[in-house]
Parts: sequence; C-alpha cells; structure tokens
Amino acid sequence: MDKEKEEQQKISRRDILKIGSVGAVGLAGSYFLNKVAPYTGTANASSHNNHKKNNGHANHANMTDNSKTSGYKMAERLLTEFDYGKVSTLPNGQTLRTYEVVAIDKEIEIAKGIKFPGWTYNGTIPGPTFRCTEGDMLRFNFINQGSHPHSIHFHGIHPPEMDGIEPIYPGQSFTYEFEAKPYGLQVYHCHVLPLARHIHKGLYGNFIIDPKTPRKPAKELNMVMNAYDLDLDGANEFYTVNGYAFAFMNHPIKIKKDELVRIYLSNLTEFDLLNSFHLHANYFTYYPTGRDDNPSQFTDTIMQCQGERGIVEVRFPYKGKYMFHAHVSEFAELGWMGFFEVE
Amino acid sequence: MKIKWLIAGLIPLILLVGVLGWVLKNGAGVEQDPAAPIEVLNIERIKVTVSGFELNVSNTGPETLKISQVMVDDSVWDFTVSPSQTLERFDDGNIVINYPWVKGDPHLIKLITENGIITEGEVPVANLTPMPTWENFLNYGFIGFYVGIVPITLGLLWYPFMKRFKRKWINAILALTVGLLLFLFVGTLADGFEIGAEAPSVFQGNMVVIIGAVLTFLLLIGFDQYQQKKLESKGYSPYAIALLMATGIGLHNFGEGLAIGSSFALGEAALGTFLIIGFTLHNITEGIGIAAPLLKSKPRFRDFVLLGLIAGAPAILGTWFGGFVFSPIWGALFLGIGAGAILQVIFVITKMLIEDHKKFKEPSVSWLNLSAFSAGMLIMYFTAFFVKF
Ligand SMILES: [Cu+2]
Repeated sequence: MDKEKEEQQKISRRDILKIGSVGAVGLAGSYFLNKVAPYTGTANASSHNNHKKNNGHANHANMTDNSKTSGYKMAERLLTEFDYGKVSTLPNGQTLRTYEVVAIDKEIEIAKGIKFPGWTYNGTIPGPTFRCTEGDMLRFNFINQGSHPHSIHFHGIHPPEMDGIEPIYPGQSFTYEFEAKPYGLQVYHCHVLPLARHIHKGLYGNFIIDPKTPRKPAKELNMVMNAYDLDLDGANEFYTVNGYAFAFMNHPIKIKKDELVRIYLSNLTEFDLLNSFHLHANYFTYYPTGRDDNPSQFTDTIMQCQGERGIVEVRFPYKGKYMFHAHVSEFAELGWMGFFEVE
Repeated sequence: MKIKWLIAGLIPLILLVGVLGWVLKNGAGVEQDPAAPIEVLNIERIKVTVSGFELNVSNTGPETLKISQVMVDDSVWDFTVSPSQTLERFDDGNIVINYPWVKGDPHLIKLITENGIITEGEVPVANLTPMPTWENFLNYGFIGFYVGIVPITLGLLWYPFMKRFKRKWINAILALTVGLLLFLFVGTLADGFEIGAEAPSVFQGNMVVIIGAVLTFLLLIGFDQYQQKKLESKGYSPYAIALLMATGIGLHNFGEGLAIGSSFALGEAALGTFLIIGFTLHNITEGIGIAAPLLKSKPRFRDFVLLGLIAGAPAILGTWFGGFVFSPIWGALFLGIGAGAILQVIFVITKMLIEDHKKFKEPSVSWLNLSAFSAGMLIMYFTAFFVKF
C-alpha cells in the first residue's frame, strides 16, 4: 500500500498536466504545420517563361554542335556518293558494271559520341548506293569478312538463284549477276536469318536503276531512313537518315533557289512499321518506287513501310532554311530531323 | 626458435602472394574477353528544379565510362555533366538537363554511354524538389515532430492509467509490446531490403541491412550483459529497458522520417501526407510500449521527456535526411541498425517476462500473454493499413 502511494506521488497530477502540455504543443504544432507546409497545396511547377529562357529551340546537343564527327562525315558522304561500279562493255555491246561489296563488322558512330557495333557493307551504315542504267549487266563480287553469314538480296527483277537468300559464310565469297530491271529505286539488304537482327545491324542500302532515257538534270540526294536499337529490346533509341542522328541539323544541305532537287528516299527502319518524310514550307512530287508511270503525289508528307522507297522531286521558291523530318514526332526528336538551306 | 616460428607463419603467406600474382599476371587460364562492355552507371538522386532536372550519378562499374547522350521522354536532349562527361570508377557526376517538365506527369530520363549502354531514371510524379532552405528545414522538422514526438508522448500519457494494473496485466502489456515490436522488426527489415535494393549493386544493399541489424543486435546484447554484471543484484533495470526500447524505436522512427522526407523529395506529396497520418496513429502504440517496462518502477517526469525525445526525435532527423540528402545505401544502413535494435528489445523483454513467470512458478506463455502478444501484432497490422498502398 505504501509503495503504491509513493508511486502515486512520483507521478502527480501536475506531472500529468505537464505531459499533457507536451501533447498540446504537438497538436498546436500540427495545426501550425498545416498552415505553413507548402506540400499540402501544390508546389510551383516550372513556368513557361523559364522554359523559353532555358530551352528555346536549341534543346538538342546535336543541333548546337558544329563539329564534323566521323558519324556525320559518313552520313554526308552517303548523301551524294553513288557507286557506278567498274564499267566495261560485253562482247554483245551490253554495259557491264562490276561492284566490290565486302561485309565488315565495324563500330559506327550513330549519334554524337555513341558507338554502335554494326555489320556493314563496305564499312558504312547504310551501305553504298549502287547505281546503274536499266539493261546493264551487273556483277556484285560479294566477300564476307564479317563474323556471321550474310548475303545480298536485291529488289528488282532477276533469276531466283540471284535472289540472295543463301547465306554466304564468313571468309567465303559469291558473285551476284543479273540484268538491271526495272528502272526505278530499289533497295538491297542482307537476307540471312534471323532477318530483323541482320538488317537492323546495318546491312542495307539504296540501289538506283536509272531509266534508259536519262531523267532531267537535278541536284541528286540519297537518303535512307533507318534506326538503331541499342539495348536490343525491340524498340529503337535513335532514328536517323543515312545513319547519323541530326546529321543535317547543324550542317544543313545546301540547295540553290529554284534548282530541281531529286531525293532517292527509302525506309529500312527495323522494329517500327512505318517511317515518314515531311518537308516544311513547301510541297514535293513523290514517285513511288521511283517510277514515272506510277500515280504520283503532290504533297508535303509521305509515309513508307519497311522496304518501301520512292523519288521525291522538289524546287525551293524562297531562300532560307526548310526543315525536314519524320512526321512521327518521336522519330524526329530522336534524330531524324534536318534542314535544307536554300541560297 | 622464435625466428623459425615466424618463418613457419610467413611461408604460406608468401606462397599465397605468389599464386595471386601469377593469376593476376597470366589470367585464370580461361581466355575470354567480355562480350559486351560492362558499364554500371548509377543514378543516385534526381532533383526536379525550376529549369529541369538535376541528376547525381556515379560510376559503380569496373571501367571508366563516358556519358554521350541524354534522352528525356523519348527525345534527345541537351545536357551538361560536371566535372566531366567521362567518369572513372567510383567517380560522381552531376548532370543538368534543361527540360520543360509538366507538373504531375511522369518523366523518363535515359543516359546513354559511348558504348550504347542505357541507364534509365524515372521521375514518377514531376514536382519541384524541396530545396534545403531554412523554411523547408523548419517545415520538415515540424513533420518529424508531429510524426515522432507527438504520438509517442500521447502514448506515454497512458502511463498513469496503466500504472494501476496488477502484475498479471502488466505482463500482458509487456507481451503486447513484444507483439508490436515483432511487427516493427519485420517491417523495418523489409523496408531496409526494399531501399537497399535500390542502392548500387556494388554496395550490396541487402547485406548492409543484415550486417547493420546483426551487429547492432550483438552490440546491444553485449552492452546489456556488461551492465547486468555491474548491477548483478538489481536484475533488470526497468528504466534501462525502456531506454533501450526508446533507442530501438527511435531508429525505427528515423526510418519513418526517411520515408516521409523522401516521398516529398520525390514529388509524392499526397503519399507523404498519408504517411504522416498513418505513422502518427501507428506511433501512439510505441509510446505505450515504452511505458510498459516502467510500470514496476518509479520514473520521474524528466525520464518520460527523455524517452519521448529519444524515441521520437529521430523522426525529425529522418525527415531532414530523407528530404535533402537521401541515398538508398544510407537508408539501408539506418534501417538495418533500427531492426537490430528492435530485435534486441524483443529479446530483453521476452527474457524478462519468462524470468518473471518462472519466479512465480507460472507457465511462461499464459493465455493472457498470448492474447496480448497477438493483439499487439494485430494493432500494428491494422494501423499499418494507413501507410501501405
Ligand atoms: Cu546478314
């Protein structure tokens, strides 16, 4: 009994009041907290003014970068370089064109500072743009110096034995021989299984068969739309034209006012169904598969499915910079965007 | 003799160095270059600023790496890295990205190295990251106070009420406390593993939790036994147990503060507010637990204040830490320590209960104690509904 009394004394009523007051302070604190805490309401999002100030239009490192990296040089070279092969005449008077094609495993710069372990024809992605005239005899000496079996499958009309679905093993070679037809824009690519992997790694390119009656003189450009999946998850990280992201953003393609521009455009993007080409502030004529006898389109936007291609013909009536890009915004912002600079 | 003895010890050591040197020089005999570059870039923290994002990154892989491109929401974006785009092993970098983020939207940031290795960072809900200003510091302090000290003090307020209980019921309350603590132990450990998993793998977050828990447990046991020896005759000091308990619960509350602070830092203010309400309710029971061992003694008022502070104040520190400097590996360590401390308290109270029942020649696990123990766990289980999603 005594003990109990003692304990009661230890914790007196006053003490309880004291303890209670601590709780009261806490409650008061919580009330105050609700008043001052900035988190119960909403925090300030970044304002539009800030965005303008900080971002403007120069959001791409690649846009403000004027250095000519190896990746850019490759894309620039492929824009205007056409491989006509070694020309000779056969006894029957037919023109023979002989091309050397070597499959090489090569690391390619696909965006500023990003290396891609590519499989290439002659060391570039896309491969060289082979060019000939309808009716020529073509001979492609293909040597596989890569680490995997590869082949070259050409679009066009030719004997099935020359169709390039047989794998050529590393260290082996094969000669594809056929007559160039029909005229227009063809593509070529590796056709060894697994197909998506072999194509995505970089084994593709444009193949131009000119009509017997030459086309009107023009400034001719070669553009292959493609993409790269870095982490092999079936979705691309970079979308490019001629293999290098934002290649023609910093180094616009120079054009003369009113000059006829002819673009050989193809889509070899893997892992996406479609790609597109959109031109700003102008219209162009589009010839599917590069045939003048196909119904053409007068437009500013066209789309191509995988392996589809065509010729874009355009004149620029005003001086200045004309943007072009994939009209899928995502592709554009991931590298498929550039400028024509008309002077 | 002595020299011979020393040499006998050194020979295996020298041979070992020889073997290791040979392996280092000649390789393990299996010639194989890594098929792909091994790069481990770790995003430690993403701050959302007025003009965009700021990322703290570290290279925890075995090789030097270079950050070549940054993508935000599937768009290549401009960025700067200080001190340099190239990070050597264990180097830290600070990436600044100007980006017009949208309040409340999720944003995905991809860092791409020269070799095309992609590291993803996510801003689940974009909202300005609180900056360590005095005002924020004060506000966070209040949250910690509200979550830690207030409910524990409220719990301690039950002391006079519980004081009138008989021995049997006091033991039941102790059993209830064990139930509460067991729940807290498992919860703290699980939280530790969860946070530890987010830390760079080189730090082995899970092991940090385990090492923290085991070492803390053993250290506290050792310390306790040392004190027991000193106070041989007196047996367990109720105040010492309450103090130990307050310490363990304090470390646990540090973890709670961490959770609240970091949820605000991650822009999840709604979650943070829920956590505040939930933890506050939850923590009242902790006050009861701390008061339980004192029922057979004569504590002074200042003892309660001290216990309340020890158990509750770490929540304030946790909120600051979580809000301003949170990193998973530190979180894992603190939660591990907290779990170890709680386990030790469970150990001590259980031992005390068993000994007390032995003294009175009663079964150690009475129906009353078992019910109380279960009630303790269930109380925790149901109050925890407020903080789980
Ligand atoms: Cu192939």
